[in-house]
Amino acid sequence: MPPAAPSEAPRVLPRRAPVRAAVHPAAWWGWALLLATAAGRTANPWLLLLVAAVAGLVVTWCRGDEPWSGAYRVFLFIGLSAVAVRMAFYVVFGGSDGPTVLFTLPSVTLPDWAAGFRLGGAVTAEGALAAAYDGLRLATLLVCVGAANALASPRRLLRSVPAALYEVSVAVVVALSVAPQLVESVGRVRRARALRGNTGRSPANLMRTVVAPVLHDALDRSLALAAAMASRGYGRAAGVPAPARRATGASLLIGLLGLCAGAYALLGTATPAPLAWSLLAVGAAAAVFGIAFASKRVPHTRYRPDRFRALDWAVLASGAAATAGTVLSGVLEPAALWPATNPLGVPELPLWAAAGIVLAAAPALLAPSGPSPTPLPPKGTP
Amino acid sequence: MSSGIAFEHVSFAYAGANVLDDVSFDLPEGEFCLLVGPTGAGKSTLLKMVNGLVPHFTGGTMSGRVRVAGREVRGAAPADLADVVGYVGQDPLAGFVTDEVELELAYTAEQLGVDPAAMRKRVTEIVDLLGLADVRGRALARLSSGQRQRVAIGAALVAGPAALVLDEPTSALDPTAADEVLSALHRLVHDLGVTVLLAEHRLERVAQYADSALLLNGGRAVWGPVAEVLAASPVAPPVVELGRLAGWPGPPVTIREARRHAAGLRDRLAGLEPAAPVEAAGPPLLEARGVTVDHPGVRAVDGVDLAAGRGERIALMGRNGSGKSSLLWALQGTGRRSGGRVAIGGTDPASLKPGERRRLAGLVPAEPADLLYAETWEAECEGADEDGGAPRGTCAKILADLVDGLGAGTHPRDLSEGQRLALALAVTLTAAPPLLLLDEPTRGLDHPGKAALAARLAALAAAGHAVVVSTHDVEFCAEFASRVVILSDGAVVADGPARQIVAASPMFAPQVAKVLPGRLTVGEVAAALEREADGTGDAAGG
Repeated sequence: MPPAAPSEAPRVLPRRAPVRAAVHPAAWWGWALLLATAAGRTANPWLLLLVAAVAGLVVTWCRGDEPWSGAYRVFLFIGLSAVAVRMAFYVVFGGSDGPTVLFTLPSVTLPDWAAGFRLGGAVTAEGALAAAYDGLRLATLLVCVGAANALASPRRLLRSVPAALYEVSVAVVVALSVAPQLVESVGRVRRARALRGNTGRSPANLMRTVVAPVLHDALDRSLALAAAMASRGYGRAAGVPAPARRATGASLLIGLLGLCAGAYALLGTATPAPLAWSLLAVGAAAAVFGIAFASKRVPHTRYRPDRFRALDWAVLASGAAATAGTVLSGVLEPAALWPATNPLGVPELPLWAAAGIVLAAAPALLAPSGPSPTPLPPKGTP
Repeated sequence: MSSGIAFEHVSFAYAGANVLDDVSFDLPEGEFCLLVGPTGAGKSTLLKMVNGLVPHFTGGTMSGRVRVAGREVRGAAPADLADVVGYVGQDPLAGFVTDEVELELAYTAEQLGVDPAAMRKRVTEIVDLLGLADVRGRALARLSSGQRQRVAIGAALVAGPAALVLDEPTSALDPTAADEVLSALHRLVHDLGVTVLLAEHRLERVAQYADSALLLNGGRAVWGPVAEVLAASPVAPPVVELGRLAGWPGPPVTIREARRHAAGLRDRLAGLEPAAPVEAAGPPLLEARGVTVDHPGVRAVDGVDLAAGRGERIALMGRNGSGKSSLLWALQGTGRRSGGRVAIGGTDPASLKPGERRRLAGLVPAEPADLLYAETWEAECEGADEDGGAPRGTCAKILADLVDGLGAGTHPRDLSEGQRLALALAVTLTAAPPLLLLDEPTRGLDHPGKAALAARLAALAAAGHAVVVSTHDVEFCAEFASRVVILSDGAVVADGPARQIVAASPMFAPQVAKVLPGRLTVGEVAAALEREADGTGDAAGG
């Protein structure tokens, strides 16, 4: 945030603060990502289901009634399909095997150039269970992202990014709004198709009568939006010299790449922890430098930025408890985090991790959504 | 040098075709200027030139100079002009960048780097000026369409531009919402001294607010007082046409001016009964009872009873969101219906397969392009024949009856609004449905286009179709409808002959009815006067 007129803000803010949603969007996203990190560090189905339940509970208690509040259900659905897809892949392509054969599919061995691949064949309980755990893990990660979406619109989160990332954040906002628009567009085009009595389901027909018009529509809309944004001043050069722009851009990019690499190394189990942490630290330092350097030169200002308060820290801390719990369990009882599927058995519940995840439900009590903060539309308004 | 909007010898050509040809005008500061012209005259191009969207976003060859508030505009990027020119497009939703009212209002100011304290003050002022105080914290998706358009105007104004440019800001609005928007604009001109240039097809809504008018026709522009310009314009609101017909000086632009002149004409017409329209009450076709449509969280249509016979021309009117579209879709059978019965010729369309359903009832949706997906209109026609199992050439023949002069091999999206609508109508008619439903067909049509559509639909009704049209356009309704049904909050609040219903409602009365009670259109008055001129025998006999 640019340092403009800090003395003015506090005088007006306290009176208006209650209008804003109670918790800072960055706190919600941090909470959800920490919860997702916890889920990413285990394949224990009890823990994963617990994470999904906690996310669901907090969403139910804390979300507002904004249009994006239904995102949790959508992501839950996507998560369930992820499990289904993972299972289907296991059945068709195989994976880890075990002694308990459930049924056998006709098997095809691929030619030499694809050696090592088999299609079909024996489907074992052990393999299916491993695939299910794997799918469940992915589904839980998706559910966490869905929870974040439902609790704080990504657009509001992006309002809190540093000024230097402004242009990037707007691009992301626009990209995010494409998905719901596509859904709406597909609905409209399908209904219009029914009006023409065209119900053919062949891919060529669908491509011509649904996909092409929808893409056409999306393109029209993006052009309209681009024109509207340009006429409202988006992308003004505003006197920043080109070399400075390039330098900040480069340091930002390097920093973000470092952050991504570090996060990936940290979540994956293959990289040694010290390397992962140092990657993350270097990346973060580069990112902070780039952002701080760039923010000084950005000619934009922010309208009523959201403040980070004690409550937001508490929400963040509850999410951190979940991650800490799984880390602790990883040290004390690693076997329970990655339960064996061969031989078959009922996995144990790692207590530390479970306790941490239960703590992550705290926002449900800390920041329940009261009566709707925004007034409902008056009755007579069409 | 003025400090409003000035064009000096501006020409613009796109892909070899001249759009604007040596256009010069000079709007003084604080002027409210109405841009008129037939469809395709280049109105949008001219508007977008003011803030550089043309040629920056479209390409093309431009010559001449454009100045806004004394600043040279040509060659500057739209983003760099955001502090001088505010631009408001036709569909506010398509131009919203954020999702909350206040954030949207502040967006331009954020881009310009306005100091946060000053920005807060500006937003508050704009909110008060446009009457948005009740909705300032609300999500944009939950606003009514009139509120949305006011937010779009406010968002363009927050940066304090010297000029405001609006491209058909009320075309999607019902008469009341349009009035809200226009009177807010009128106030802005007075309070802020903004120069406003506004294009609109529904001249009857806007003409009374404007200080001057700019007529764009065949690439040429004429600027002058509203009455003078409209008197010579190929498109004019009914009140001006009435004035031309009656030879009133001016001609009058507002209802009040026209009423002052109207006494003589009223007396002349008093003896002449309106030509009694021959209402052939055809055999009953549509029978709907207690139709209810529920959308998540809202009941869009609430127990509507509607019966229609062949040959009837029904206009479905009501405010934005009163359930008109939902009702049409439910009647056709493709849309959701939560309760009630619909029978078209004794059959419930919802119980049929889509292919059979469209033989009972055809619906042209609000976005006619949704029905079209071929590369050329010829291919579109062939596709329609295949979809409907009709003999080859059926659709092309219907289309030729509706409209002529389509360029061979034109892409449906490159057709003009009127041609595209005709194509969608022809595609729908290929299945020969006895019931024809049209959802808001007049958007983007100029006065001649609307008159042509009304005539086409009347011919279809005469051929035995029942035609139901949902519309906001009171003038189109007066031209077209034999019967008017008014919906409010999903329920029918009035249903009867157009003449009675429309005359009884100040919101839905056409201009002619306001000047000459009992008459609906200029054509009607002209016909009556002709009969008078032919000889008084008719009048005496009647």
